[in-house]
Order: sequence, then C-alpha cells, then structure tokens
Amino acid sequence: MIAANTEQSAKMQDRAVQSAWRGGAPRIIAFCCNYCAFAAADLAGSRRMQYPAGVRIIHTPCTGKLEMEHILDAFEKGVDGVLVVGCLEGGCHYVEGNVRARKRIDRIRSILDEIGIGGSRLQMVNLSDAMAPAFVQHVRGIVETVKALGPSPIRALEQTESAGKV
Amino acid sequence: MIVASPKSITEVKNLISGHKKVLFAGCGTCVTVCLAGGEREVGIASYAIRMARKLERNTLEITQVTIERQCDNEFLKDLAEPASGVEAIVSFGCGAGVQAIAERFPNKPVYAGLNTQFLGVLEEQAVWTEKCLGCGECMLAQFGGICPVTRCAKRLLNGPCGGSLENQCEVDPERPCAWQLIYTRLKNIGQLDRLEDIVPPKDWSTAWYSGARKVVRKEHQV
Repeated sequence: MIAANTEQSAKMQDRAVQSAWRGGAPRIIAFCCNYCAFAAADLAGSRRMQYPAGVRIIHTPCTGKLEMEHILDAFEKGVDGVLVVGCLEGGCHYVEGNVRARKRIDRIRSILDEIGIGGSRLQMVNLSDAMAPAFVQHVRGIVETVKALGPSPIRALEQTESAGKV
Repeated sequence: MIVASPKSITEVKNLISGHKKVLFAGCGTCVTVCLAGGEREVGIASYAIRMARKLERNTLEITQVTIERQCDNEFLKDLAEPASGVEAIVSFGCGAGVQAIAERFPNKPVYAGLNTQFLGVLEEQAVWTEKCLGCGECMLAQFGGICPVTRCAKRLLNGPCGGSLENQCEVDPERPCAWQLIYTRLKNIGQLDRLEDIVPPKDWSTAWYSGARKVVRKEHQV
C-alpha cells in the first residue's frame, strides 16, 4: 500500500513502530519514493542483498508528497532515525518533488536540532530505481550514524520511565 | 493579505512553559496562504513543542484547531468548546486574530505564535513583499498604482530622491526604487503628465499615528 495521504502514512508509521523490533538494533523508518527508492529496495530484496533488519520501509508516491508532519510523527513515536529516499535530482516523476522535499528535510533537521533530538538522525538521499547497492549502502550508513548517536532521546526517555515503573 | 512569519519553536515553547494543556489555534485565511499559521504549520509546531516538552519531562497536551478566520466572531465560536478544556491558547493568527481570541476568552491567557509583518503580495513561491501601509487615504491613482508611501523608503510624494542606482533603492539595493517603477508605469499607460502635479503634504490623520482606527459602515449595520 502506498501512503498517499496523512492518515495512511500515520497508520503505516504506527504499524512500523509497533512491529517487532529485535534486540537493540536502531529503529529506522525509510520513506521510499514509488518511482525509484521503492524499486531499488525491491531490487535489493530480489538480489538477496542484506541490510539491517531494523529498517521499516514506507512506500510513498513521491518524496514531495511527504509532509513535514509525517517525519515529525515518526520521531514522536520513538524511531531512532528517518531516511528519506527520492529520485535523482532532475529525474523526479513529478518534476521537482524531490527538490522540494530536500528543502523541507532541511527545515525539519533544524527543528530536530533545536528541540534536542538531533538533525543528523534525519537524512535524505537520491537514487535511481536501478541503484540497489547504493540503497543498501545508504541504509547501512544511517544505521551506523544512529548507532553512534544512540537511541532517540524520546525512546530513551520512554525506556527509562518504563524501567522506573517496573 | 496579511503576511506573518512563525516564531521559533523555542520562543513558543517558552511562552507556554507554565501550562500543561494548551490549545493551538490556527487561522485558515491570510496566514494559511502565507504558510505561517494554517493547519499544517500548527501541526508542525505541535509535534516539535510536544517532543521538546517530553524531553524536558514536562509533558504538554496540545489540542489543535484551525478555524476559517480568527478575526471574525462568527468563526471564533468554533473555538469555545476546545478552549474550555485548556489552560491557555496559542493563536497562530495575525495580531488581530490573537486579540480577537483574547477578547472572546477574557479569562484565558492567549499568546501569539506568529510575528505579524505587513500587508503584502506573493511575489513567487514563498516570497512576499510589502505593498500597503494602510494609511487610510489611498493615493495609488496618482502614482500609476505603485505606492510611494509604502515602497519608497523616504516616502517621497513628488519624485525620486536621486540616490537610486541602476533602478534600485539606495537604502536597500535589493529593493527596486519605487519612483523608478512609478515613472515606468506612468510612461507605459500614457499618464506621465501626472508627474507635473504637485502633491501636497499627506494628511496623516487618517493613518495609525493618532491611535487605533475604526471603520463603521452604517448601510451594512443591523
């Protein structure tokens, strides 16, 4: 299913966040554009390429359709990192959706820095649908970045609070 | 339209630091169009401030409601129910909207979530420029539809100052010289002779300078 609107995206994020995250692996949500990244991820799967299991993919029509609220919602739900993957610049199916998305990502990164979550937990990359190895490499890259940063402060706080209750 | 810009997340967060339940009220008219205080911007501010408060271990409950127009009592009634359960309201409307809400809810603290800027137009996506000062006595007919009162840094009414360079204002080289624009426009519409009329000193009594103004239209009163 493609997350074509805010409600669908919120539902898919809920499902992704509530899914079985194993061990202490970073929890990453990857918003993947229908025309490139989703196909690249699919290709990576067909080619049996391995990438960290803590990554949940949300299929979006275009990164330009991604509202800033979708990404903030993911962080509020406690994910450790968000990867937004759009088409190569100049190759957007909707002409400039990916370029607009990058500007929005920059704004959210500054908000995340301002509120103490850290802008580097949010990354955007551009791929074509044939770039499965690059997709895997970027996924590994954000997982390494987030591992170095530790769990999201929101999730860390929730863990501390639930440990306190026990 | 009225153009506004958002206050920083930190500033809004500090305004409401003493409250636990707050209503974030958006406005669906001017500030939605200028991407400052509509449903989307209210949503972004809500997520950010809620997370920031959570990290401070001081959780905040936010109710979000965006009404058609905050400066209109007819629509303000839609805030009555959501406002009843909160300690304070942050208005993401212009200064008029903030004050209208404060008057409507005299016992609730009301804070401004935006910085109201000016009356202006959209030049291109996400760029607005000031066009009108609201001086109360419009002189645009004399100047070919370009307002020197607002757009000339020196508010000159009888020709340019002589300081402009390459058609740009000497006060701000990024801004076009209003008088150059007036000359070109009057030339294009065949009304250059208007420049020969001496414009007397402007009557500023109709402008803000003698205090807040009021407009009454008896024919429309009920």
